[in-house]
Amino acid sequence: MPHAPIIGTSVPRKEGREKVTGRARYIDDLSFPGMLYGTTVRSSKPRGHIRAIYFDPAIPWPEFTIVTAKDIPGKNCIALLIEDQPCLADEFVNHPEEAVVLLAHPDKYLLEEARRAVQIEIDPLPAIFTMEDSLARKQVIWGEDNIFKSFQVEKGDVDAAWPSADFIVEGTYETGAQEQLYIEPQGMIAQANPGKATPPPTGSAGIPAGFSSSAGSSPSTDSTRAGVTVWGSLQCPYYVHKALVRLFDLPKDRIRVVQTETGGGFGGKEEYPSMLAGHAALLAWKSGKPVKMIYDRAEDMTATTKRHPSRTHHKTAVTRDGKLLAMEIDFTIDGGAYETLSPVVLSRGTIHAAGPYDCPNVRIRSRAVATNMPPHGAFRGFGAPQSVFALERHLDRVAEVVGVAPDELRRRNFIHEGQTLAVHQVIRETVKMDRLMDRALELSSYHAKRQRFQQENPHNAIKRGIGFAAFLHGAGFTGSGEECLASEAALDLTADGRVRVFAGSTEMGQGTNTVFAQIAAETLGLGIDRIEIMQPDTDMVPNSGPTVASRTTMIVGKLVESAARAVQKSLFDAGFLQPNYNAVDFANACQQYISKFGKLQSLIKYEHPQDLHWDDARYQGDAYGAYAWAVYVAEVSVDTRTAEVRVEDFVAVQEVGKVINPVLAAGQIEGGVAQGIGFALYENVVWQEGRMSNGQMTNYIMPTSMDVPPIRVFFEEIPYARGPAGAKGIGELPLDGTAPAIANAIANATGANITRIPVTPEVLLEMLEGVHA
Amino acid sequence: MPDSREPAARAPNPTRKIGVQCEINGRPVTLEAYPMARLLDVLREQPGLTGTKEGCGEGECGACAIELDGALVNSCLVPALQAEGAKIRTIEGVAAQNLLHNAAPQLHAVQQAFLTHGGAQCGICTPGMILAAVNLLDRNPQPSEAEIREGLAGNLCRCTGYTKIFESVVAAVRASTTQPPHAEPRR
Amino acid sequence: MEMPRDLSAALERLAQEPGAWKPFAGGTDLMVLLEAGKLPHRRFLRIWKLPELRGIEVTPEHVTLGALTTYTDVRSSEVLSREFPLLCRAAAETGSVATQNRGTLGGNIANASPAADSPPALLVYDAELELVSANGSRWVPYHGFWTGYKQTGLRANELIRRIRLPRTTQSWRHYYRKVGTRRAQAISKVCLAAAARIDAMRIADVRIALGSVAPTVLRATETENILRGEKLTPATLRAAQEVLAREIAPIDDMRSTARYRRRVAQNLLAEFCEMLSA
Repeated sequence: MPHAPIIGTSVPRKEGREKVTGRARYIDDLSFPGMLYGTTVRSSKPRGHIRAIYFDPAIPWPEFTIVTAKDIPGKNCIALLIEDQPCLADEFVNHPEEAVVLLAHPDKYLLEEARRAVQIEIDPLPAIFTMEDSLARKQVIWGEDNIFKSFQVEKGDVDAAWPSADFIVEGTYETGAQEQLYIEPQGMIAQANPGKATPPPTGSAGIPAGFSSSAGSSPSTDSTRAGVTVWGSLQCPYYVHKALVRLFDLPKDRIRVVQTETGGGFGGKEEYPSMLAGHAALLAWKSGKPVKMIYDRAEDMTATTKRHPSRTHHKTAVTRDGKLLAMEIDFTIDGGAYETLSPVVLSRGTIHAAGPYDCPNVRIRSRAVATNMPPHGAFRGFGAPQSVFALERHLDRVAEVVGVAPDELRRRNFIHEGQTLAVHQVIRETVKMDRLMDRALELSSYHAKRQRFQQENPHNAIKRGIGFAAFLHGAGFTGSGEECLASEAALDLTADGRVRVFAGSTEMGQGTNTVFAQIAAETLGLGIDRIEIMQPDTDMVPNSGPTVASRTTMIVGKLVESAARAVQKSLFDAGFLQPNYNAVDFANACQQYISKFGKLQSLIKYEHPQDLHWDDARYQGDAYGAYAWAVYVAEVSVDTRTAEVRVEDFVAVQEVGKVINPVLAAGQIEGGVAQGIGFALYENVVWQEGRMSNGQMTNYIMPTSMDVPPIRVFFEEIPYARGPAGAKGIGELPLDGTAPAIANAIANATGANITRIPVTPEVLLEMLEGVHA
Repeated sequence: MPDSREPAARAPNPTRKIGVQCEINGRPVTLEAYPMARLLDVLREQPGLTGTKEGCGEGECGACAIELDGALVNSCLVPALQAEGAKIRTIEGVAAQNLLHNAAPQLHAVQQAFLTHGGAQCGICTPGMILAAVNLLDRNPQPSEAEIREGLAGNLCRCTGYTKIFESVVAAVRASTTQPPHAEPRR
Repeated sequence: MEMPRDLSAALERLAQEPGAWKPFAGGTDLMVLLEAGKLPHRRFLRIWKLPELRGIEVTPEHVTLGALTTYTDVRSSEVLSREFPLLCRAAAETGSVATQNRGTLGGNIANASPAADSPPALLVYDAELELVSANGSRWVPYHGFWTGYKQTGLRANELIRRIRLPRTTQSWRHYYRKVGTRRAQAISKVCLAAAARIDAMRIADVRIALGSVAPTVLRATETENILRGEKLTPATLRAAQEVLAREIAPIDDMRSTARYRRRVAQNLLAEFCEMLSA
């Protein structure tokens, strides 16, 4: 099938035209007839016993739908890894944004007044807000000991290594919470029917214009059977589905979840949408009307998940030549009030804590602990940005102590094929960290600048510095995770030769739709306009697993590729298609096949590679099928008068298997680096008694166009045999290396030992004065 | 004891709705609105005008940007009443009406550049960003890279890191003229 | 919202029910407060289109700006960029293009936030305000117009009509620096505006104004006194910095700390003096 290659070209985004003309429809752009608006009344205290709920008689309450925990038909929980988080607080609250009461009304202004007119009386209990207090069990607020999960990784014999060290270097590193700050706030519309046998409503079937339900009768519109349908901004339709099944105690086929165009997620819409969907659905269930709930920015920032704050302690034994002998790492993350995904965040952070280095003796002890803050959750990187910050900052310190250049220290310890990571994973792919380092340092003029800055800085109020980070990021779910997910993707062909891809993976800007279309198009030898990516609707698409963990292209894309191959094979085997076919041949073949056999479709299930073994009990083995490898270099200027840091130049070099779409791939790196710049310098959550007090875009600072330099992105490709066209995952990678590269650059510019991010000017100014004192 | 979260929206103004006469994307429209309702909300209620987005409600993110009498404004900060007699352009009015009846509208150079150069990822900031870029180029057809950055500084994007947005605007400038925008020398 | 047809109609309204009507111009401050439920007013007086409040007038002695002059108007004014560059700098650093198109100097002055960007420049330029009511008009110096945190000497029945800048600082050296939370669209953490006339190596005259370091924007008159008439030496600068530290009253808030603000204010003063020595 000779045709111009599609994989590896910058095909324009599939849904791009809708986006640039304003025709793309996000959840708040949809409206249903008879729709109510919903809102949430939240706890005002971080911990306590709910004594009473008062409704101010000035509000016409009979007009409102009011929902509390006792209205929940199934189990009062948001089912995720476990079921500890209530959907609505019943007797106790454990964080200051906990949802207690839900209200719905057709007038959104009156609704807001009503929300303020509900008083939740809480008898306070002592609350804890720091990891230290949690570990010290000042109050036990979760389980027996406040610990959601802990891990211990052992390689070699760390304790035996200390005596033979020429240097032992210790350091403690901290990262703060970070808000995902997708520009589209969270939102859902729910329709539900408790299943009273009333005749179906005349007129509207309750499905909004622009969508069709191909699944016969939608759960919520068949009023003889109980059912719930939600539409919304979300990353993981089947997570929401699972949570609603539990919340409503309904069979799986009575819950339907549809993803609408999603304006950014970054992990912030991985688990939280299940909560919001549950709330909207409960109001719809009780009112019998469609209910729309859209968070405003303040509620979104204060009440939904954020990146886990972390604290890492490193103790490193090293020879005078800079060879790592032992690394002892202690890693703690703050999970907030309920478990959500903390064990998995901890897992990834733990596995990435020792980096792309060959160190014979490693011990990593880690734990996720509970505090009375709104639960923390997924944010791009998912534990690795926290532990990689600590490691890469620490290794620059180690280099300093040993008296070796930071890049030299890395080179002497980079892992190679055949060697093992801290979790005992033997590296079985080609690793070229040296080459990535060479390239990154050259592209950024690292050595020349370092020298120049050293000479010029003493004479300037504006100090300049350059620093880097070397790191890896595992793609896909850890260990046996992908096997447990057992993802599926499907594909069918229409009688006129068009291709429809069915996957539960969501588009949220990262390019899922386009990449899947490219893969299918290339495999089948068709133009990309012949491929349609179906909207993620649990009535229509199989469960491809969540759209997270840098897995969508690598794992699900591979399923799409396999599904395309399967239908192609069917056509070949049936004799309707010959090699070197063109689009017309293909269309004819489809038509013939369908006339003769009916449907032409394939469903592919994930098959875990036989040679990947992971031991969950001992926490070791093949943690990830593939890693992306990277070296990032940041150049900064620090104005010593104001301690403002500016990123002047940024070079990102990474090896990613195969770049399916250069513009989309570079876009992912650039966007991730910008978020990393925010993580390093600007994004500071100000906490007050467990509540975020700067929950406005005016006061929570993300970078503007003036705060971000041109970001220079370079890819290397060593194809990964199990990825589609050789591709590995890249979505989270940039969040790991950006902040430590910047921190190292600031240290280089000023001599200040940066151990904590964000490096705000307030903190840096004190450090600068300390350095010169 | 009031909770500490600021209320999301103010209580209904005790006045009645009024008719606000204006022109939207070249067509005369009468908006039925409470005088102090946000122009953003009133526009989004009109058929086919959901392109303008709310990102923050406080004039920080620029997702709600529109042109009001040729000036770029954040529509979440404009009361409906102040649209009286105004000419408004929203994202829906950026593409030129194709002269061929029933044909797709012709994309503006900025829109086309966003498609080719990856200026839109999730797309939620895109309408406001495109309005800001189009407004900038209307005022200054040959902006420097610094002027582009400054002109778009009121529009926040969380997905792109701005790099491909600039590349798109630079490409649009190039497509409109023969001269590329002048780069600032890197220090 | 009511839309008076001209200024005297607006002033009539204010005279009849002082305090009940909130004058509303571009809305960039008021709409945020309204949305947050922080405005007690229900009735708004739209002054956005009143022609008497617009325009930039140039006479030999003054440049006079209508209260409805937007930041965009300021930035595109040739006379302002030539003779009152600090005001243009401030306007360029206020919000974003969209905010600058709607925000007005009169609104900025009436809103009286200590973190506002233009007031320090206005103070340095010895601005005067014309306040009008149904009873007449009065001119007041801007210096002293603030009476407390977010409070001014504007009476309930008054509007700001014009801002007058004496054309006496053309040959002075001007300095403006706003330190915000980021490079654009930022609330000021510390802002220093200053101008000085140098004569035979001495600071013949100087004006220094700061924002975000006290409940109001302020003129650092004691600091000015230290510098006035002196040659610029390290000792003079240190003395001035010490007085400055006592003259301002910065606080800790969610954006910054008192310590940072104090230290940076001193550093900006040093930067200003360095500029004068160059």
